[in-house]
Amino acid sequence: MHELKQFKSEVRAWLEANCPESMRQPYRSEVDVCWGGRNWKFQSDDQQAWLQRMAEKGWTAPSWPIRYGGGGLDREHAKILKQELKRIDARAPLYSFGISMIGPALLKYGSEELKMQHLPPIVRGEIRWVQGYSEPNAGSDLASLQARADDLGDHYIVNGSKIWTSYGDQGDWMFVLIRTDPQAPKHQGISLILFDMNTPGVTTRPILLISGKSPFTETFFEDTRMEKNQVVGAPNQGWAIAKYLLTHEREMIGETGNLQSGAELLSRVAVKKLGLDNGRLSNPVLRTDIARFEIDEVCHQLTMERARDEAQAGASLGPAASMFKYYGTELNKRRHELLMTVGSHDALVWAGTQSHDGLVPRLWLRSKGNSIEGGTSEIQLNIVAKRILGLPG
Amino acid sequence: MALVLNEEQRMLKESAKDFLRQRAPVSHLRELRDSKSMSGFSKELWTEMAEMGWTAILIPEQYGGLEYGYSGLGIVLEETGRTLTPSPLLSTCLMGVTALVKGGSAEQCGKYLPEVASGSHLLALAVNESSRHAPYTVTTTAKTSDNGFRLAGRKTAVIDGHNADTLIVSARTRGADNDSDGISLFLMPADHPGITIERYRVLDTHCASHIMLDDVVIGGDALLGELHQGAAVLDRVLDASVIGQSAELLGLAQEAFERTLEYLKERKQFGVPIGSFQALQHRAAVMFGEIEQCKSIVLKALHALDRDDGDIPELASLVKAKLSETAHNVAAEAIQMHGGIGMTDEFDIGFFLKRCQILETFLGDRYFHLDRFARQRGY
Repeated sequence: MHELKQFKSEVRAWLEANCPESMRQPYRSEVDVCWGGRNWKFQSDDQQAWLQRMAEKGWTAPSWPIRYGGGGLDREHAKILKQELKRIDARAPLYSFGISMIGPALLKYGSEELKMQHLPPIVRGEIRWVQGYSEPNAGSDLASLQARADDLGDHYIVNGSKIWTSYGDQGDWMFVLIRTDPQAPKHQGISLILFDMNTPGVTTRPILLISGKSPFTETFFEDTRMEKNQVVGAPNQGWAIAKYLLTHEREMIGETGNLQSGAELLSRVAVKKLGLDNGRLSNPVLRTDIARFEIDEVCHQLTMERARDEAQAGASLGPAASMFKYYGTELNKRRHELLMTVGSHDALVWAGTQSHDGLVPRLWLRSKGNSIEGGTSEIQLNIVAKRILGLPG
Repeated sequence: MALVLNEEQRMLKESAKDFLRQRAPVSHLRELRDSKSMSGFSKELWTEMAEMGWTAILIPEQYGGLEYGYSGLGIVLEETGRTLTPSPLLSTCLMGVTALVKGGSAEQCGKYLPEVASGSHLLALAVNESSRHAPYTVTTTAKTSDNGFRLAGRKTAVIDGHNADTLIVSARTRGADNDSDGISLFLMPADHPGITIERYRVLDTHCASHIMLDDVVIGGDALLGELHQGAAVLDRVLDASVIGQSAELLGLAQEAFERTLEYLKERKQFGVPIGSFQALQHRAAVMFGEIEQCKSIVLKALHALDRDDGDIPELASLVKAKLSETAHNVAAEAIQMHGGIGMTDEFDIGFFLKRCQILETFLGDRYFHLDRFARQRGY
């Protein structure tokens, strides 16, 4: 207990000294979110310094082992770090699918060589990872994927395509699901392979969304060489790893329903826009919806906290991740609906500096995808019904 | 504090569960109803609960208690929520004890708490005066006279008022009808001259009462806490009480849900279990998720009470609003998913909705607490 208190005061002092003031402000636009990678252009010196300082401590991946560049913190210490970051409204130093997705899969299933090769650059934010899962004809039924590999001894030659690759045109490396044994039953012939996006035969094409932005791409493979020593786990055993990784993806997406570091409390936004009337928000009907939303937000947040307290340190949440994914995304959609109502006419503005190029409506439209990507809400409810509640069929 | 039960708490939960399953399942409530019980609870069962130590859970050791805290009492209330077991645990062991511990003098605590711990003394808190929960709306007056007070007014919706040996009554000692300032709390024997208690039955089989105070003369030592400043004690008592009610609602929701889940697996129509239909699966999955959320916030709120955290008012209203909504939805869905048999009196599932409505309504429904939550957050 004493040791934890000491850690807390050390963290507090370190953050006070090392977190730049501008990194304690709410996000104003998408470039405020730091993704890192070979081609990342830091938006400010502060953004760069904040990433470097946190990465040196291993605190971009606080719970990873120190030998892979992580912070080596156990659950209690990691929680303290998180609380202290939240206390000063610090922005995340790094958003990374390396940390939230492929990293945990490598820690669990990867060889020592793969871990040593890939994890430290992830912690430092040097390599930006992207995910190659869905295909045009394999959405909710992911295991029916068709991108296939010809076995050429020490490597594969891959042909096919992926869709809904988040930031595919900005990725440095991809973790991809490929059918390496077309004869096997659909769940048993899939491998999870890592490859450099600069490999010849890889092209990407942005997909324009209803938000007017293109956060996703299609990715095409034309006789693309992928190395066998970059297969995670055993060849053709990728489905189990893919599912494990999906639970991490769901946890991560579930987190978006949380009050993220840097995100402002909805009621605070509403009070600024609408004002108070005798101490109550001036629109009493909207006030009720906001209160219900904020209550559900706390419920979700505390339930994720409880699930982590119950799980062994670092353990996966298993099928419960589906529940968090469902709630987190439904909450985020509600948040953006309410932000649109609070913003009213202002929230209809699509371009111009005053509206930060229509940030509010674009995020609202983008949020509609939250309950589709990473498995739809309906798929999550199916998983809860069957795998947790044991309902038949 | 991690959001999990410790070893001691897990044991308490198991023993409470076993005891209630054997001694006071839902059929116990049905028997009380069918026999038109006047008190609404069983004195024999209460004696056994006292022997289990439940009446002493919240009471400090110096007054003969176990000092297991709100987390301990919450565990027991959750289990009585599962079996819908009527008892004065909420009114006496949570509301009454909290009022004494938070507001009472050493003398008052020494007088009442050991007897409450042994199960031989019941308490009730008389707050409300209208058909809606409004703890600051106090028109009952307490005027100073000689060395004491003279009370006049009418209280209503007093949980276990008809069972209490001692009443804790809020009355106005100064200020306007709706001011929080100027409310004072008083202890008085339920059979004190000038007090009339009128029992009434609510919709399952529990009872509550109206209390008429007609020129009730009490001594200065009857004052609980500071003169005019009773609202501070009252706030904490009501916060703790709605968190306790929420623990009970949590047990109720879990039991109604588990019974329904079993039924979805057993009941066949069109040649298959009805639980194989996606329309029902998705509703069940959502209910499961809601109940999981309720578990987290109830645990958090109980911890907050034990640690005397600063955000108790906000948490209390958050918990009561959420649990009321969730438990109500689950209890109503339980009837729908049981189909026709869920509508029959012979089948137990309907009792859950009735009890739910009562717990929701007493001490503020979800709308009261949504409003209060928002005010606590400054909007």
